[in-house]
Amino acid sequence: MEERIVNIKIDGKSFQAIEGQSLIEAAKNNGFYIPTLCHFKEIYPPLGTCRVCTVNINGKPDTACTRKVFDGMNVEVNTPDILDNRKAIVEMLFAEGNHYCPACAKSGDCELQLKGYEMGISATRFPHLFEERPRDFKSERIFMEHNRCIQCMRCVHEVKTNDGDRVFYFQNRGHNMLVGIDYEKEKKLTDQQVLDAANLCPVGCIIAKGKTIAKPMGTRRFDTNKNIKWIEGTDLDIEIPKDGKKKIVATTSLAGCFGCHMSLLDIDLGILDVLELVEFNKSPLTDIKKFTKQCDIGIIEGGVANSENFEVLREFRKKCDIIVAIGECSIWGGMPAMRNTIPLKDCLEEAYLNSISSENGEDIIPYHEDIPKLLDKVYSIQDIIKVDYYIPGCAPNADHIWQMIKNILFGTKQKVEYADFKYD
Amino acid sequence: MNVKEIKNERTQLLNYLWEFQNAKGYISTADIRTLSRELEVSWIEIEGVISFYHFFKRKPTGKYSIYINSSIISKIKGGDKVKEAFEKELGVKLGETDPSGTFSFFETACIGLSEHEPAALINFMPFINLTPKKVANIIKHLKKGGKLEDIADKIEDYIRYKNDKGEAILFREYKEGEAIMNLIKKRPEEVIAEMKQSGLSGRGGAFFPTGMKWEFAKQSPSKQKYVICNADEGEPGTFKDRVLINQIPGLLIEGMITGGYAIGASKGIIYLRAEYRYLRKKLEDTIQHFYNIGLLGENILGKNFDFDLTIMQGAGAYVCGEETALIESLEGNRGGPRTKVYFPVEKGYLQKPTIVNNVETFCSAARIMELGSEFYSSKGTEKTKGTKLLSISGDCKKEGIYEIEWGITIQEMLDLCGAADINYIQFSGPSGNVLSKKDFNRKISGEDLVCGGSVMLFNNSRDVFDILTNLSNFFINESCGLCTPCRAGNYLIGKRLEKIRNNGATMEEIQEIKSWGQVLKDSSRCGLGKTSTNFITDAINKFPELFKKKALKNKEFDLSSALNDYYDYVKQN
Repeated sequence: MEERIVNIKIDGKSFQAIEGQSLIEAAKNNGFYIPTLCHFKEIYPPLGTCRVCTVNINGKPDTACTRKVFDGMNVEVNTPDILDNRKAIVEMLFAEGNHYCPACAKSGDCELQLKGYEMGISATRFPHLFEERPRDFKSERIFMEHNRCIQCMRCVHEVKTNDGDRVFYFQNRGHNMLVGIDYEKEKKLTDQQVLDAANLCPVGCIIAKGKTIAKPMGTRRFDTNKNIKWIEGTDLDIEIPKDGKKKIVATTSLAGCFGCHMSLLDIDLGILDVLELVEFNKSPLTDIKKFTKQCDIGIIEGGVANSENFEVLREFRKKCDIIVAIGECSIWGGMPAMRNTIPLKDCLEEAYLNSISSENGEDIIPYHEDIPKLLDKVYSIQDIIKVDYYIPGCAPNADHIWQMIKNILFGTKQKVEYADFKYD
Repeated sequence: MNVKEIKNERTQLLNYLWEFQNAKGYISTADIRTLSRELEVSWIEIEGVISFYHFFKRKPTGKYSIYINSSIISKIKGGDKVKEAFEKELGVKLGETDPSGTFSFFETACIGLSEHEPAALINFMPFINLTPKKVANIIKHLKKGGKLEDIADKIEDYIRYKNDKGEAILFREYKEGEAIMNLIKKRPEEVIAEMKQSGLSGRGGAFFPTGMKWEFAKQSPSKQKYVICNADEGEPGTFKDRVLINQIPGLLIEGMITGGYAIGASKGIIYLRAEYRYLRKKLEDTIQHFYNIGLLGENILGKNFDFDLTIMQGAGAYVCGEETALIESLEGNRGGPRTKVYFPVEKGYLQKPTIVNNVETFCSAARIMELGSEFYSSKGTEKTKGTKLLSISGDCKKEGIYEIEWGITIQEMLDLCGAADINYIQFSGPSGNVLSKKDFNRKISGEDLVCGGSVMLFNNSRDVFDILTNLSNFFINESCGLCTPCRAGNYLIGKRLEKIRNNGATMEEIQEIKSWGQVLKDSSRCGLGKTSTNFITDAINKFPELFKKKALKNKEFDLSSALNDYYDYVKQN
């Protein structure tokens, strides 16, 4: 059949494409990028599960992967509404699963992470659910870490034995849906097919046992990829009127590791320039324990794990005009929030009674009215107070922090570099 | 079931699973091995299909499986008391089986008996208008070894309004074969032209023009085509299809024959929801009768037209009312909706051109053949022709079926059914709209408010948050899980609603739900997700004072409840 060329418009620019081609591919061939997550070019018909590629087609929202181009197709990819919609979907995935980037073998090669970076997601609008999902070690060569699964369906659709039998298939439905693995069919995969399955997984759910630990998976493709575009509409545009006075800064670390503070110090001699511009009040850096005056900016590292964290945080909100959450722990809980799927009782017993270093017959869990009381889970600081700005990363690198703080304090506008924006 | 009876046909998978399920109350690992071997599919795939449908069980259940309706109509009619009565009589909680292995007790979404709530199914036989006393008697009877059939309820269909001046379309006298006699006088393209002229549109709630759908399917050169009837009436509050099947099954069959004749299909399938299993016998008998009188089978009325009709039974999944999900289910798969790369009229059941229509649509099509498109289109409004069945339930004197002409107002509808003091209407089901007093002058019509059939009425004594929580839970349970917005979004919205209900959200957090809802509307894969947030968005818009009362002035964190776990534990030690 003869290929018919049709005229389409994407964000006001005219392009030509072959009739019947998928919109995603047509856009890509014309150098126009539409973000996707489940899409995998070999799979047809498209999976259409993640819905990240939602665009407006002649005024109506639809997914670009499932639509074929036609003459007169008018596509809007980057209107403010569509951008926000797309971002919301990726945020949903972060909130729904348990994504501890620093502890994930796929970090740096994870397509979910990449979408987060591209869209400049520093904090999700949805509270993280922290619901435990199973980890399945039963098959011989594959470990299924369901906490990271985004239900994209790639493995369900693509991974088959040489006899054509499926190895993965969806189980249950709705919020409880997960990807089951057939232990017997898994045995029939070749070693290469196992590795291919792990690589096909956009996140770190399918892990090839022994392989990823021995040799980190891939080369952290998404850290440095120059072709990746920063998508407009990040949270980072800020303007604050100048008044010439030396700004007052306070910092604290709640349920964190002080890594963000260490990173802050990584600006090296730059810290001397900082001191020209700002004065530190309450902060571990000055060892000032109590606020002595109202501050312009409060930088919070760490989430809220106990009653003391809670009090300190509330004090910061009162004493600081602007609150900046720095690092993953303060933004959504981070690594300490790994305990959020485990009952508090089990956490305490594991820590004080049953750990390897506990003595036999240990039966005391420390309790005194002066000891901070543990909350049922680790909360993000936005669960408790209003937060003005977020700096993601674990820890964020020094330049990122410095640029951001400078922007906030002095109302200058500067884009954070792609390479500085990380979750691990 | 006997292994020899199992053929290597994937489309039969649901039937096989039902055989195993019915035989011993669950599907065992050995059964799965058998099916996996005979059908030559992975064990995990069979397991995945089973776990999609909530009537299939992997653990043994009792001799009697009791499913009580969890819909909001059941709740307002005293469903919780009935639930407690079951729990007391059986000595088990929801989801459990008693130690003797006699009774299992479950909850399920609306079972299509809203005018007789509280209602339950016991081994898929209906028990209606339940009270704690009636429950005690039922269980006593069964414990004594009495037969279930002896005490199952006969369901009375309340057809409350049908315009008796000869103007009714569906609920006028049924004359067997009238539609077909007229049908065979016409050529298929004339039948389609007639459908188009009548203005009939999809009565399941999507209102896609029927004539146009049939025309697309007819245009396909494929030799094999299918006609599928969607009798998976799952929208909570609707029961019109149940009544149609029970009252005039022949009309439905004639409608399907009409569809088959028009598009050139020789096979028809009725996808009947498991909750309506008690209607199956009647439907099967009617089909057999049609074979006997030569209106089904080969060479119908000597017109060289063959048409066969079979019934397939669903297994409990609301999403299977979505046409592509229904097709997946018929093919023996998980009932997940397909992407719309192809429409069923291009590639449907087994990748062949397929029309999927609702029970009421086929019945209307048969009436159009009988009465002519001119008569049909003389009723109703410009955009919506003919009549529409409403299933009205909740707070009114006369719950039941109303065959209304499009164009009447909400107030007229309320007057017909004897409803007073109405505060909240869930119109066209959970996926439809929320109406408040301000909407009572609006018209039920394509120009204003369309309705798939479900009308649930609530008076001033009902807690709106009870309704909203029930609807939210419904969507969370029924989302298939395939797409992010519907799977994660509905769950997240459910959590936020809970927070609002517990007086823990600010006005900003309340309003935020609306923008979350918009994401689901714009991006979900199928109609379920796209419409699943209408109710909450509508409710926030229409009952602002209610939400204002619930809202926090400033963001607050409830420290003491976050410390409960800690104090509970340290106090014990």
